[in-house]
Amino acid sequence: MPLRPGFSRPEFQAGLRASLPLLVAVGPFGLITGVAMAAGGIPPLEAMAMSILVYAGASMLAATQLIAAGAPALVVVLAAFIVNLRLFMYSVSVRPYFAGEPLHRRLLVSYALVDNPYAIFLQRFLDHPRAPGKFEYFAGLGIPVWICWQATVATGIVAGARLPAAWKLDFAAPLAFIAMTVPFLRGRPMLAAGLSAGATAVLANGLPLKLGLALAAAVGICFGLLFERLSKVEAR
Amino acid sequence: MMLWLTIFAMAGLTFCQRASFLLLPERVQLPPLLVRALRYVPAAVLTAIWAPELLLQNGVPSVALGNERLLAGLVAIGVAWRWRVTFGTILAGLAALHLFDWMF
Repeated sequence: MPLRPGFSRPEFQAGLRASLPLLVAVGPFGLITGVAMAAGGIPPLEAMAMSILVYAGASMLAATQLIAAGAPALVVVLAAFIVNLRLFMYSVSVRPYFAGEPLHRRLLVSYALVDNPYAIFLQRFLDHPRAPGKFEYFAGLGIPVWICWQATVATGIVAGARLPAAWKLDFAAPLAFIAMTVPFLRGRPMLAAGLSAGATAVLANGLPLKLGLALAAAVGICFGLLFERLSKVEAR
Repeated sequence: MMLWLTIFAMAGLTFCQRASFLLLPERVQLPPLLVRALRYVPAAVLTAIWAPELLLQNGVPSVALGNERLLAGLVAIGVAWRWRVTFGTILAGLAALHLFDWMF
């Protein structure tokens, strides 16, 4: 592929280098996601299509659990939307860095805007937002992460379909969520958000259409904000 | 067919969530309260997904020794809290589930 004159190769290469440590985290998560989708009874083709089209692991795991539990399609879609609410935050925080880019580049960034590259990208450009080569750096980060994710999800799907149910791999999805949340439940507001949401979800389990999840999210957010306010009052 | 529709709807919505502000003009901002609220979304939503998986047995809250998923989940929580390792947390939780299943 001929590189356009405006394409900063050094920044692309810097992004590629920065992506390498991320693959250590992305690979196992992709594998688990693939295994969980297979264990949850999603056919291989559909699972792979979801991985490529949705490309957001946590929401895929949440959807898998709901589909396996026989939830209606609308509930699955709504749950994925709630899990992915954080993407609005990502979108708003990277916007200034890509404001001058043409539409097709902003659409590509949108598709590839996932947790790990997002965090690394912001780290690098937070202090010099006007530096050139931001799109190239993001592409350098995003392409290896994308390839690694799809390859490991595919591997997980193939492996998961062959592993016996006695291995209890359906439990891998909740465990992945534990691994994603527990390390971040530090500080009273975050802990309050997590605990109150978890308790609400358990108590509201009987609600129809898995409405408990939406309710739990709302309760958790309110408790987080409340404790944030309380600790500010105390600090004064 | 329903599964395909679900996948397309998820894909469309997720893309819109990511593209939203990247396509909107700079003057369209998120209200500050909403920005603060969004910070709690992952902790709240993801915990709301895993907590019932540990605490409910056949739809009823259970904190008994016979609830292996709760015990295994507690092991995973400990590993995640102490070492912050994704894959290690999952492996420890699965190993603990098999151990407790064998014990009780």
